[in-house]
Amino acid sequence: MAITCTATRGKSSGTAGTRPDGTRQSRTDYRQLRFRLSHLKQLAVKPPTLEWQTATVDRVWVETSRVKSFRLAVPGFGRFKPGQHVDVRLTAPDGYQAQRSYSIASAPDGAGTIDITVELIEDGEVSPYFHEVVREGDRIELRGPIGGPFTWTAERGGPLLLAGGGSGVVPLMSMLRHRTTSAGEPVRAALLYSSRALDDVIYMDELDAISASDPRFDLTLTLTRNRPPGWTGKTRRVDARMLRDVMERLGRPALSYVCGPTAFVETVAGMLVDEGLPPDTIMTERFGPSGT
Amino acid sequence: MVSRGFFGRKRPQLSRPIPPGQYLEDGFPVLSAGPTPRVDLAKWDLVIEAGNETLGRWNWEELQALPATEMHVDIHCVTKWSKQDTDWRGVTIDTLLESAGVTDPPGDYLMASCDGGYTTNMPAEDVLDGKALIAYEYDGDPIEPAHGGPVRLFVPHLYFWKSAKWIRSLRFMDDDAPGFWEAYGYHMYGDPWKEQRYSGD
Repeated sequence: MAITCTATRGKSSGTAGTRPDGTRQSRTDYRQLRFRLSHLKQLAVKPPTLEWQTATVDRVWVETSRVKSFRLAVPGFGRFKPGQHVDVRLTAPDGYQAQRSYSIASAPDGAGTIDITVELIEDGEVSPYFHEVVREGDRIELRGPIGGPFTWTAERGGPLLLAGGGSGVVPLMSMLRHRTTSAGEPVRAALLYSSRALDDVIYMDELDAISASDPRFDLTLTLTRNRPPGWTGKTRRVDARMLRDVMERLGRPALSYVCGPTAFVETVAGMLVDEGLPPDTIMTERFGPSGT
Repeated sequence: MVSRGFFGRKRPQLSRPIPPGQYLEDGFPVLSAGPTPRVDLAKWDLVIEAGNETLGRWNWEELQALPATEMHVDIHCVTKWSKQDTDWRGVTIDTLLESAGVTDPPGDYLMASCDGGYTTNMPAEDVLDGKALIAYEYDGDPIEPAHGGPVRLFVPHLYFWKSAKWIRSLRFMDDDAPGFWEAYGYHMYGDPWKEQRYSGD
């Protein structure tokens, strides 16, 4: 995750390559060549300007009493990586604008659509608009994809430990959906998902279905506030014992992704470090009191 | 493009405006790419470098012994929240350079490097003339680890990702180079008033 920047001190000069007299390059020439290569690489990966695009709402559906998902058709939306987000911009008639970031929930499937999942924040500004106003056919301005370290693609491998608190599960769902649809045998993966109540669990049916059909996927749900009668699953906040249980079944995770409210992320990421996982294999994304 | 049926919530009367695309936040959200590093103050130090040369090095006690400066300002995060009237205390970069006996900044750009591997870049002039702090207090208390404590860079006139948490080194450079978020497409400069969130803004 630690990105080291390529060297830009000392401008290279002259031509790297075989000299006119046919002698071999000196060390310095190699250094220059390396500098040039790293510089070219940097240019090649320099992301293009993120333009605002107009998306059309293709479908709206209810996930839970407080969560809805929206399928947005975005012609020409760049190829994204699971874990990335979009910025959404709303404009009032008087020109006032509000922007918020929403994680992409769908897998990159080239279908020209992305799904976002929006939790209703009571005193929010953008999420109530999505919940109460937005309907099929509406147009929404957005730009993306945005986000770097908190991304996973199948070639990054596993075992993969995903830990989500509340709506922090959304970007993790994009990773899981991508994992399921990728070619070859999916990497071993575990999702540890902490929610207040069963009714608040987003993607419940889909998670159940993956869990039932995929022996390489391990689902642990914990309900911290209300449990339905007969609930036999976990009933406490994520703790070290719960993490160890998950890791015992999963194997030592090569990559961990933790997303949720700040307190959840601080606790879980800290416990993973305590378990001896290298900090640079633990990617975090926090939903603070922002994101309304 | 006007969004059908969107009027925005009642906008608070602000004593000062906030930058475009931002909303006011009373809390103090946390944003970091990885676990909060554990910092041992007994082994902690801060260095100012130019190329491979170390110009100055301060341990925790030495940093505390330097004259402190307080800033009362608004802060703006690229994730859209702004927070007004925040109080910070620390040591200006000018004071550090003076303490190191450096009269002219030895490069036009800076790379800040941190515990946990985070980096971010900015022009050197943006941290000089009292515009930035090596901060160790927020709101009268030591800065909490999740918010970058014990010591973070504080450059409030740029988006807050430039105010690098857990800072350990400031390296002067002749040329600009992207730091951590900048390499992922975030803006090389990041002026909130010009809404320079991403590359090309």
